[in-house]
Amino acid sequence: MGTVRIPAVEPGQGRDEPALSLAGLRRDFGERTALADVDVELASGQTLLVLGPNGAGKTTLLRILATLLRPSGGTARALGCALPGETWKLRGRIGFLGHEPLLYRDLSGRENLRFHARLHGLDRQAAEARIEGLLAAVGMGRRADERVAELSAGMRQRLAICRCVLHEPELLLLDEPDSNLDAEGRERARALLGPAEGRTRVIVSHDPERYEREADRTLRLEAGGRPVAA
Amino acid sequence: MTSSRTAFKAILAKDLRGELRTPQSLPAMALFAVTTFVVFRFGLDRTSLSGSLASGVLWATLLFAALLGVNRLFVAEREEGGFDAVRLAPIDRSALFAAKAAALFAYLLALELVVVPVFAIFFLDSAAALGPLVAVLVLADLGLAATGTLISSMAVHSRARDLLGPLVLLPLVVPLMIAATGASEPLLAVGGPGYHRFGSWLAVLCLYDLVFLLVGYAVFDFLLED
Repeated sequence: MGTVRIPAVEPGQGRDEPALSLAGLRRDFGERTALADVDVELASGQTLLVLGPNGAGKTTLLRILATLLRPSGGTARALGCALPGETWKLRGRIGFLGHEPLLYRDLSGRENLRFHARLHGLDRQAAEARIEGLLAAVGMGRRADERVAELSAGMRQRLAICRCVLHEPELLLLDEPDSNLDAEGRERARALLGPAEGRTRVIVSHDPERYEREADRTLRLEAGGRPVAA
Repeated sequence: MTSSRTAFKAILAKDLRGELRTPQSLPAMALFAVTTFVVFRFGLDRTSLSGSLASGVLWATLLFAALLGVNRLFVAEREEGGFDAVRLAPIDRSALFAAKAAALFAYLLALELVVVPVFAIFFLDSAAALGPLVAVLVLADLGLAATGTLISSMAVHSRARDLLGPLVLLPLVVPLMIAATGASEPLLAVGGPGYHRFGSWLAVLCLYDLVFLLVGYAVFDFLLED
């Protein structure tokens, strides 16, 4: 089992085209349509806010962009890569914060972050420094060695935020990033997940007031996954 | 892209650390195997076994104990989002197959380290067969690990995974069990280990291992797709 050599994505590739380009995007689950006719263009460094009631396909949209789901129709490009054809180029450039923290309960927070750092190919020393910095930033430095199973939902969310930005992704996909966080946690999360130079964000939230000021574009979905006509 | 070796080591270390910290699979497998030997001991009303009967008791017990480990192999990935974590990382997904198969292989070796001596104490007149039996155990474990990992990764997404896994796995490992019992039978014969057709059965085990390791490596990427 050796190293699989895949051509690296050229630096700056995708900078000339939108960071996100969706046209007629659709996803079906059997007979049920979860997402339909979604057209969005988002420039690099911009933030897209996705709003809609439960069952409107917001999470489905994020999972398609995260390469975890294949679209049933339409075209999708993220950071210059076609989905699903070029997902292998895109993985590692995405930070995904979903409903699940993607943390192993029997490992400590620090061990989980080390595991993800290794999966993302981070150099061991650089990873340690990055992990310490992130744990301090979310206020988890002193509880990072406890098993995740013993932590509260808010603490897990803080660790999940660390996991999401650990590899310094170019595209952040955030599904209710403030879930389970107290006021202090939300402020700390904002520092890590906020707009940064060149970082594109797609945020799903039920709290439009919180993110509308940061959003460059807003996509409103209705039940059935269709965009609400402007 | 992260090298497959790095990803393999990270996933395997994570699995072994988790099992050492909160043992789940291994104690269940060992307890099942020892209990089964006790049942055979009193059920057969024999203080000593040899040949095909000894071989059958050993491999039937090890196979069903292995099923317990196979069923739990991907539970953490399914319940704690490990599949998504792997799919989001820039790694060759076959690294997950290799790491999981290696973890199951390690569990089986650890299991046998405990229960094969118990088997010898319960049923064998001499421990002379245990040396050459190691080769059979290692080769059969490799095949069980490859097949078990493949089936477990498919069954874990089903609500009936506890039923589906064994139902699909058992027919697939019939050739493996025939070869393992065939190779073990002369080793456990009365009067000490013999080697009649021992090499042929080992060759069958090697072939089985090769086929299922290659099949797992080739198809695992597709099994992780949505």
